[in-house]
Amino acid sequence: MEDLTNGFLGDENDQPKDNPRRDFLKKSSLLTAVALTPGVAVKAAENHLDEKVAAVFEKLPVNLTVNGTAHKLSIEPRVTLLDLLREQLHLTGTKKGCDYGQCGACTVHVDGLRVNSCLTLAMMVDGKKITTIEGLAKGEELHPMQEAFIKHDGFQCGYCTPGQIMSAVACIREGHANSEGEIREYMSGNICRCGAYPNIVNAIQEVKNGGQQV
Amino acid sequence: MKQFQYVRPSTQQSVLDAIAKPGTKIIAGGSNLVDLMKHGVMSPDKLVDINKLPLRQITPAKGSLHIGALALNSQVAEDKQVKEKFPLLSQALNAGASAQLRNMATVGGNMMQRTRCPYFYDVAMPCNKRVPNSGCGALEGFNRMHAIFGMSDKCIAVHPSDMAVAMAALDATVVIAGKKGQRRLPFTDFHRLPGNTPELDNNLAKDELILAVEIPDNNFAKHSYYLKVRDRASYAFALISVAAALDIDNGTIRAARLAMGGVAHKPWRLTAVENALIGKPATAASFEQAAQLAMQGAKGFKDNAFKLKLAPATLTEALKHAAGLA
Repeated sequence: MEDLTNGFLGDENDQPKDNPRRDFLKKSSLLTAVALTPGVAVKAAENHLDEKVAAVFEKLPVNLTVNGTAHKLSIEPRVTLLDLLREQLHLTGTKKGCDYGQCGACTVHVDGLRVNSCLTLAMMVDGKKITTIEGLAKGEELHPMQEAFIKHDGFQCGYCTPGQIMSAVACIREGHANSEGEIREYMSGNICRCGAYPNIVNAIQEVKNGGQQV
Repeated sequence: MKQFQYVRPSTQQSVLDAIAKPGTKIIAGGSNLVDLMKHGVMSPDKLVDINKLPLRQITPAKGSLHIGALALNSQVAEDKQVKEKFPLLSQALNAGASAQLRNMATVGGNMMQRTRCPYFYDVAMPCNKRVPNSGCGALEGFNRMHAIFGMSDKCIAVHPSDMAVAMAALDATVVIAGKKGQRRLPFTDFHRLPGNTPELDNNLAKDELILAVEIPDNNFAKHSYYLKVRDRASYAFALISVAAALDIDNGTIRAARLAMGGVAHKPWRLTAVENALIGKPATAASFEQAAQLAMQGAKGFKDNAFKLKLAPATLTEALKHAAGLA
């Protein structure tokens, strides 16, 4: 038992012998939770939380399917879907723009609905199907929307493009691409600082009018 | 973002038990709360995810439409019954946020969203809403987006929701669950004016849960309009918004419902103006008169005095649209 506490509390000498925090930890099954950070363990002790509640501080299991591949992961509750995709699954096509839900660069589909992955806690998409920009192409064959963005020059720097394309595909699927005005309204959650908007609208209109399956 | 615990109870009772404890906060769509947590404006110890609760349905009830608190903003905006019976609500929802955020945000969460006052969001600035008695940065600061009605010397922030403005105009009722059972609150009594306690946005107790919003059937579907004036054509908060609904019989107004957004700490319902419109002809002249009446008691600040002109103009325009004159 004794040696396990080292991992939590750092230097043994920092801790007085009768420290109630130590007592708490010794009594608690938290000793097995090597993933706990010191700050959290101390906080749990201060609040006199029982181990059952304190255990919630640990990494929690989350199961999700990303672009057809099932993943069983263990994450901290504060990890966003965006960070999980980029940092843990290394799917870096989804971009972090503002990170506050204002730019749309992080747009992905969750069970078919487009959302801002930067404001989505990964824990909250447990059991759901995620599609990112990497999941649109079929092997080497680009999605029609990707083709159209290239053809119409729907970008300059390209940073907003994955989000724009994910949003554009959803825009057509939702039935909100029936006119230029409607496209502009329903694409307003995706900001392009290069100002490629007219070309983005053209790309979406071409795919819509082409009647291809998106 | 500070660390927090996360629980996902599957029953209403376990949610109520969880939220009764200090430091807890409900999360539904998270589109505002996660943003606030990233900014350090809110830092709950524990998030109670209520998405397991069966509160997503939109169902007709006797004489009303029952909208579950977890119905998504996009789901409500696109709902056939909503579009048919309450097109005003559908319009207001579609005027808010972006398509992505509407796919995340819920009805209950939309009601619970916090002000977008920049002094509330900036933790380095004083804000009586964020830290009671720390002062108000907006009073003497950059207050272009701020209130012209119902403010106090403690807070001049506005409520940011479009949906809530339509709900207030449509006489909706909020259904709330608490330890002692259910209670019902008129939507117009849900949000509060700041007074001396701007830290309280609304009258929902800490240990209560919004279950649904109910909208009574009405005769306004044919003549209603939501007009939102903002700094860009889409995806921006309102400078002024107006929910206008008229019941017109042979050119004469039989009943009216009016509420404004972007002007106060809560959706600003204009009951006196509604009453004044009864029996009047549905003409531009009547609407201009009504708009002047609506502005009684309005007060501008350094940067938002333009709202004193923009508000009546928006009101007139919305009424004209509702009446089919524009």
